[in-house]
Amino acid sequence: MIQLNAHHIWYLVTAAQWTVLLSLIAFAGGALVGLPIALMRVSPSQALRIVAGGYIQLIQGTPLLILLFLTYFGLGILGYKLAPLVAAGLALTLYAAAFLGEIWRGCIEAVPRTQWEASDCLGLGRFQQYAYVILPQAVRIAIPPTVGFMVQIVKNTSLASVVGFVELARAGQIVNNSTFEPFIIFCIVAAIYFAMCYPLSLASRFLERRANAGRASH
Amino acid sequence: MQAAPATSATVVQVTGVVKEFGTLRVLDGVSLEVARGQTVAIVGRSGSGKSTLLRCIAGLETIQAGKIEVCGHEVGRPGKAARAQLRHDVGMVFQGYNLFPHLTVQRNITLALTLVKKQPKDAAQAKAAEVLRLVGLTDKINSYPEQLSGGQQQRVAIARSLALSPQVMLFDEVTSALDPELTAEVLAVMEDLAARGMTMITVTHEMGFARKVANQVVFMHRGKIWESGLTSELFARPQTAEFKQFISSEL
Repeated sequence: MIQLNAHHIWYLVTAAQWTVLLSLIAFAGGALVGLPIALMRVSPSQALRIVAGGYIQLIQGTPLLILLFLTYFGLGILGYKLAPLVAAGLALTLYAAAFLGEIWRGCIEAVPRTQWEASDCLGLGRFQQYAYVILPQAVRIAIPPTVGFMVQIVKNTSLASVVGFVELARAGQIVNNSTFEPFIIFCIVAAIYFAMCYPLSLASRFLERRANAGRASH
Repeated sequence: MQAAPATSATVVQVTGVVKEFGTLRVLDGVSLEVARGQTVAIVGRSGSGKSTLLRCIAGLETIQAGKIEVCGHEVGRPGKAARAQLRHDVGMVFQGYNLFPHLTVQRNITLALTLVKKQPKDAAQAKAAEVLRLVGLTDKINSYPEQLSGGQQQRVAIARSLALSPQVMLFDEVTSALDPELTAEVLAVMEDLAARGMTMITVTHEMGFARKVANQVVFMHRGKIWESGLTSELFARPQTAEFKQFISSEL
């Protein structure tokens, strides 16, 4: 048995970088796919609304763990053998896109209908209405819940450990296998997660307060 | 001398319009003609259909039967070109101002000028300064809507519509959300517009304004035009019991 030492701690911190990277991939991918999903959900076309709604229901009704199994083992059986980072990034993107799509749909719908009418009466086309009137207002509403959801993404990247991707949680397991000090090791792992998530939670609360203060001053 | 055909004096022509929300018939065969330079006040109780009529003329509602023409173009006809033409001709001011809260007063006004009318930035800004002078708010050009009083916001909304040089301005209970002092400043702007010859259709609760500024008054009741005519005659000699009752309750 090896004594827990600074080398182990350094190994955990290094692994946390992969957690950050995976979180960024999930968030960027989720945003890239989630925005079209949100726009489809509020589209005048019923077909688009149904497709986007179906996607959201499907993903929200499926455990992230199963999505990870599907993108890693499932696609592997079909001949598309993805690297663990790619498979995990893909599963988390699919997951984040559904939730961000639903969060952002709510934010777009929270912009009063009268803003659509006013911009329509000024002759703006639908794209112009989105780009100059609706989305800038929706973004303000969306910032607090979006930052809040990023906390969920950071924590959920730990599930990528099941496909053999060595991020923070998996690194904790590896260190534990050589030192057998699970309590202290997973306390350290938890502390590192906390150090990543707490600032985001604080930011989310701060932004929410600011958004509410802005509303109250009307 | 201009020898324009008689019809060119008509800016808005509403013929037999029926509007239903589900099974509820809100407009039941409404016909109305508004000539250039006229100010028409539409009055009536809540639920009489007066705001819906205005929204139909603005192209914000689809109608089930009848026809609405603005400057000879049919409203509610599908197609982008028809819609663009309508937007060119009609300005609409709402009860809730509906300014864009994330944009300055100037940008609220120039947005459509640059995006829709493709005007260069400096021409649009010059136009913004001009219409703000008309409503007396030159000094608020860089303010955000939330920094303005309700009356000032409504005046900016009027300026924003005016900037597009519409043929007819529609006002939907534009003073209903304002206290009396602020109401007066908005009505003064509207009175000034009427004096300058703007064609206006105004849904209003302000009987004083209707009597003073409107050439023509339309009383709506149960989705129909119950009574209409020249302002002076209509108030002096109401024909129906409903309008008599309405006038007495408003005074």
